[in-house]
Amino acid sequence: MWRFVGIRLLQAIPVILAVITVTFFLVRVAPGGPFSAEKAVLPEVKAALEAQYRLDLPLFQQYTAYLGDLAQGEFGPSFKYPGRSVNELIGAGLPVTAELGFYALLVAVIIGGFAGVIAALKPNTAQDYIPMTAAMIGICMPSFLLGPLLVLVFGIYLDWLPVSGWGDIPGDKILPAITLGSGYAAYIARLSRAGMLEVMSQDYIRTARAKGLPEWEVVVKHGLRGGLIPVVAFLGPAFAGLLAGSFVVETIFQIPGLGRFYVQAAFNRDYTMILGTTVFLSTLIVLFNLLSDILAAWMNPRLRAQFGEN
Amino acid sequence: MTTDIIEDITEAEQGSSLWHDAWLRLRKNRLALAGGMLLVAFTIIALLTPWIAPYAYDAQNLDLGASPPSAQHWLGTDIFGRDLLTQIMFGGRVSLAVGFVATSVALLIGVTWGAIAGYVGGKVDAVMMRLVDIMYALPFMIFIVLLMVVFGRNILLLFLAIGAVEWLTMARIMRSQVQQLRQQEFVEAAISLGLPPSTIIRRHLIPNALGPIIVYTTLTIPSVMLLEAFLSFLGLGIQPPQTSWGLLISYGAETMEEFPWLLIFPGLALTVTLFSLNFLGDGLRDALDVRRSKD
Repeated sequence: MWRFVGIRLLQAIPVILAVITVTFFLVRVAPGGPFSAEKAVLPEVKAALEAQYRLDLPLFQQYTAYLGDLAQGEFGPSFKYPGRSVNELIGAGLPVTAELGFYALLVAVIIGGFAGVIAALKPNTAQDYIPMTAAMIGICMPSFLLGPLLVLVFGIYLDWLPVSGWGDIPGDKILPAITLGSGYAAYIARLSRAGMLEVMSQDYIRTARAKGLPEWEVVVKHGLRGGLIPVVAFLGPAFAGLLAGSFVVETIFQIPGLGRFYVQAAFNRDYTMILGTTVFLSTLIVLFNLLSDILAAWMNPRLRAQFGEN
Repeated sequence: MTTDIIEDITEAEQGSSLWHDAWLRLRKNRLALAGGMLLVAFTIIALLTPWIAPYAYDAQNLDLGASPPSAQHWLGTDIFGRDLLTQIMFGGRVSLAVGFVATSVALLIGVTWGAIAGYVGGKVDAVMMRLVDIMYALPFMIFIVLLMVVFGRNILLLFLAIGAVEWLTMARIMRSQVQQLRQQEFVEAAISLGLPPSTIIRRHLIPNALGPIIVYTTLTIPSVMLLEAFLSFLGLGIQPPQTSWGLLISYGAETMEEFPWLLIFPGLALTVTLFSLNFLGDGLRDALDVRRSKD
């Protein structure tokens, strides 16, 4: 198991390095300098600014200096807001996005997992068709459509829930979490249905039944562990999707999180901000993928055996 | 006598042909069939839009402004008095074009890459697939946003960027197919006939791996269309004066309180299309029996 973790960790390093390198040079070749929009500045001021952002150094030195900064956890200053650093913006936005993502994931796993397992217990009956049709709708209904529709129905017509903000009015976290989570609930429902269908036809389930265990115990104790492996493996990619989804959901509901900062930085062409956030988010995604792979491998006895557990 | 036998053989071949069987199975799946027919209809409408759209694309009627669905404007008008049905038809052209073109880019790169890796094998395969693994781990959604920011919002770039993301799974599927096919006698026969690898890949391997490729292609188009709509919604994709369903939804969401039809109809167009593609893809997967043939 430790070997598996070690191999995966080693694989993650070149990926993160590739992200940093590609992002850095992409941002540097982007047309238009950071100060080109401003009026003509004095040469001395320009030189001082360029020195501050290290634009006076050769490109490769800029790159190595940036790597050095990153190694110290320093993402650099913002081009647009000279007083603020990328670290500050991440510090302000990350807790909000993390909370939103956590609720969304909760919605996804609980609703999706429940629907999938229920459907798999009685395949090709109404108990299967109804949740799976709902899941299909969930997959085809993008968050940027679902969000406004939920706002329209529950926020405006029914006036049950607040339509924007985060933590200001009670209940304002409900709609964003559902908007962000529902698509993943749909995927998880399909994955857990397929996983459970496969597991429930295995011999060890028949053994458990033959032992005279009550059906719920067969499902919960013996079925879920194997049946939910695909779901756990999906959580890594889902996390990346949740982050991207937070761009949209935070924009719709005006939530001051990382996703909204990123979109604003993209619009402002705040290159250091984009660079810093991309590197940060990418590292987070790679690490999350790693975590979900390890968790899925740990849940799968065959894989554990392959890597010489005990 | 011999002609009888040949006829028997051709008949038997036709009767048991994969495609014929698949068609018979697909025909029984009503949802998939309905999805397929809707898609054909949407594609025809999209192709004919410049001639059959009820109004000119840029026709405004500022006196009318936003109006709900009526006899003159079936789906209503937007705040500039532009006919929504016309907007949706022109937007559909862009959305469908992005879906098809970007998927073709993905198909081309993925199939070639996977076929070469699977056919050549050994070190080449290891390097090529390691590269795919690494790219898999890259957060591409963020990269596409970055690309659109750095190089401007260019529709051609959008095709390339989305296509470049989606080819990875295609390459993996193609590789595993080719690896299986390579073991079979007809490929060995082709090799011993001295055919060059490119011919073997083109004439023997790709046609035999067509089932999974078709299924995966059908399922890639909706995810590509979603990606385009997602970017356009954020204002990073299609730009005015062009329009797409994602852009229309984004405008609709801004004014949905007063003019909900501006959100609902473009949303419906996108959702119905995605529904059709997903049902057709699922149906094709069952019909071509892709999962079982993989085991």
